[in-house]
Amino acid sequence: MDTANAHVAEAHATEAHEHHEQSFIRKYIFSEDHKVIAKQFLITGIIWAFIGGMLSVFFRLQLGFPNMSMEWLRPLLGGWITPTGQLDTEFYLAMVTMHGTIMVFFVLTAGLSGTFSNFLIPLQIGARDMASGFMNMLSYWFFFVSSVIMFISFFISTGPASGGWVIYPPLSALPQAMSGSGLGMTLWLVSMALFIVSTLLGGINYITTVINMRTDGMSFSRLPLTVWAFFLTAIIGLLSFPVLLSAALLLILDRSFGTSFYLSEIYIGGEALPNLGGSPILFQHLFWFLGHPEVYIVLLPSLGITSEIISTNSRKPIFGYKAMIGSMMAIGFLSFIVWAHHMFVSGMNPFLGSIFMLLTLIIAVPSAVKVFNYITTLWKGNIVFTPAMLFSIGLVSFFISGGLTGIFLGNSALDIQLHDTYFVVAHFHLVMGSAAFFGMLAGVYHWFPKMFGRMMDARLGYVHFWLSFIGIYLVFFPMHYIGIAGFPRRYYSFTNFDAFSTFADLNTFITVAAIITFFAQFIFLFNFFYSIFRGKKAPANPWNSNTLEWTTPINPGHGNWPGEIPKVYRWPYDYSKPVNKEYAAKMTQEEIDKMPDFIPQNVPYSETLETNLPEENEKIKLEVKEDDDTIVVDPEK
Amino acid sequence: MASTTVTATTNVWSGGQSPFKVSYGKLMMWIFLLSDAFTFSALLVSYGMIRYSSESWPVPEEVFSAMPFYHGYAPLVFVGIMTFILILSSVTMVLAVEAGHRMDRKGVEKWMLWTIIGGLTFLSCQAWEWTHFIHGTGAGGANLQWNEYGPPAFAAFFFFITGFHGTHVFSGVVLNYIVYYNTVRGVYDRRGHYEMVEKVGLYWHFVDLVWVFVFTFFYLV
Repeated sequence: MDTANAHVAEAHATEAHEHHEQSFIRKYIFSEDHKVIAKQFLITGIIWAFIGGMLSVFFRLQLGFPNMSMEWLRPLLGGWITPTGQLDTEFYLAMVTMHGTIMVFFVLTAGLSGTFSNFLIPLQIGARDMASGFMNMLSYWFFFVSSVIMFISFFISTGPASGGWVIYPPLSALPQAMSGSGLGMTLWLVSMALFIVSTLLGGINYITTVINMRTDGMSFSRLPLTVWAFFLTAIIGLLSFPVLLSAALLLILDRSFGTSFYLSEIYIGGEALPNLGGSPILFQHLFWFLGHPEVYIVLLPSLGITSEIISTNSRKPIFGYKAMIGSMMAIGFLSFIVWAHHMFVSGMNPFLGSIFMLLTLIIAVPSAVKVFNYITTLWKGNIVFTPAMLFSIGLVSFFISGGLTGIFLGNSALDIQLHDTYFVVAHFHLVMGSAAFFGMLAGVYHWFPKMFGRMMDARLGYVHFWLSFIGIYLVFFPMHYIGIAGFPRRYYSFTNFDAFSTFADLNTFITVAAIITFFAQFIFLFNFFYSIFRGKKAPANPWNSNTLEWTTPINPGHGNWPGEIPKVYRWPYDYSKPVNKEYAAKMTQEEIDKMPDFIPQNVPYSETLETNLPEENEKIKLEVKEDDDTIVVDPEK
Repeated sequence: MASTTVTATTNVWSGGQSPFKVSYGKLMMWIFLLSDAFTFSALLVSYGMIRYSSESWPVPEEVFSAMPFYHGYAPLVFVGIMTFILILSSVTMVLAVEAGHRMDRKGVEKWMLWTIIGGLTFLSCQAWEWTHFIHGTGAGGANLQWNEYGPPAFAAFFFFITGFHGTHVFSGVVLNYIVYYNTVRGVYDRRGHYEMVEKVGLYWHFVDLVWVFVFTFFYLV
């Protein structure tokens, strides 16, 4: 007990000495400040997002314009363009694999959680920094090294990993199976092992910070939904990533040390391998025990960001605050017991399949709760269409249209037809890919003023939104259709199949839409970097928001608040709170109209008698005044 | 400027304090151990799955029936001693933590040293057992590809899981040594508390607990 207090005292002692100037390297590179680390994650994430997006454009070109001449890519791809000017078939698979890996892990896990958990947790709970700034710094640099290794794997002669982002053995375990399963796969595994370390370091920090470092009055029932989402995401990651680590370690042993954990009775190139007794299904179980929670690791932060933005910009309290928390908890819990719905056609016991189907479909309930809550928050709101708000609404739209197809895919019987078709591709790109992406973009537009002290250009934001929103639907809606027709995923070419030649036009259409969507992102890129340096100076609270981060200076320094950390008296969603009966009788309409439509979390109930509910007036008794000088805040007392 | 505070905060969860009354470091250790528990669980579940789907499996008593300086049949005796040593080292760790609470530097030094010795003894025993297992009884022994006692998967899992646990014990010994060294140098006396001993203690007990499961799955069932 004493030690805990000693630590608090220690922390306070160091705060006082923290204001000296730091060298450039300590301030911007090996920084332990959560805000700088967040920006490092964000910018690394943006770079990866463009690499991942570019890969998708390359392989979409092959699908949309089969056998077109890719000679113009030779300066970039070199030997991966065949002498006849075609895209190399193995490199096609490598690009698909790397696109998935980059987007799922590097952009939507590290780029999203890393950015917003780091940036918002201390600012929104009222803490000076993360629990351990040093571990936080390590978390970024592990991610950085992991990124570098993954990037290097593009430049080796056998090419990067090519077995799909799920790296199923035996394909990924046997270097003879394909060229990408050689050194490329080894680098993939090393990179992912470092990535897991980074995620664990980050996650341990997020959880500890939320539990231990909330400011006075910030109970869990007053936490902004963003922080709830980051907190639950970190817990999910902490419990699922270690399982991927185990799976990866066993795979490394199979690949390099001759064990047979995943391998049994394999003939390759007419030769029998000595491996006996392993099971590739074992890998699938281990992988998807991470893989499915990973979907929610990607999505939950975006849903949290959306809750905050939709409530703020509807100028209305979030509908069903506790239902939102409950549904996130339910989603988090269920995410651990549905993994085998990815394996319906892997040769699983059909009875087990029906159990996993049942559990999977139950996820629709909390997901629907969330969607209805978003819509009811918007309902009759005084909506302000900022770019962040548009992206948040876009997220809700993708979440609905992608979520509905999830109900199809969760059916073990329907999955026999739909498995590994473009229907699946369309489903998860909408519900988790694009939705999570939109949440991330919404977060960037919304918190950019806090990050850089300047505003992003709203008009460019609108153009970016509409091109992306329409573009994404044009890309992924037709995919449902060709998927139902049986069009398989991960195929280099479909022109050899008569059944699919009718879809050539549709594929061309998708590719054109994908290219437009990709290039629309450059509007964002320009807006982002231009606004960092030249954007309009931001006001202290540009969106009239209630949460604590807007009580800091416009450019918060190390330690976030120059003076004392603000205390918290109320939940974060007191928007457009009506004047109570007692005061409405005394006030003129003009006075009522002039009341601000938001009450920040650090405003005590004793200062808002006009809007307090009876039970909130009771709470005033708990608020004790400590007047340290003569200004009297509340003349009625 | 007037500031208002909520005094009658009856609830430990209402912010401004650590709800579990622990420092962030100790909380982080607990959370890390939770995560590490999942790593080991995944490995043990994999072991279970492969074992269940295997047609035959060696009887552990037959495989691990040797011990040094004794040539008779001693099923599980040696590993029993190993387990006992590791559990004993957990006891000495408890005593070190207790001495830390009393700010008894000499006591912490003594019990940390015994814990380190216990850990090193366990590792040495494991090295002997591995050597014996690898050399075998004359039918080729065991390695990652070959296993004279039964399916190769048994040996592969044995090496990997006990090795992974052994790595944990080894890093535990290293951490214990660092804490011991700092104690001797009086770092914690100056700091005013011996919380680092508690933190490495948590890790050490966890590693011990994991061994109980490894022991159960590889030697008993």
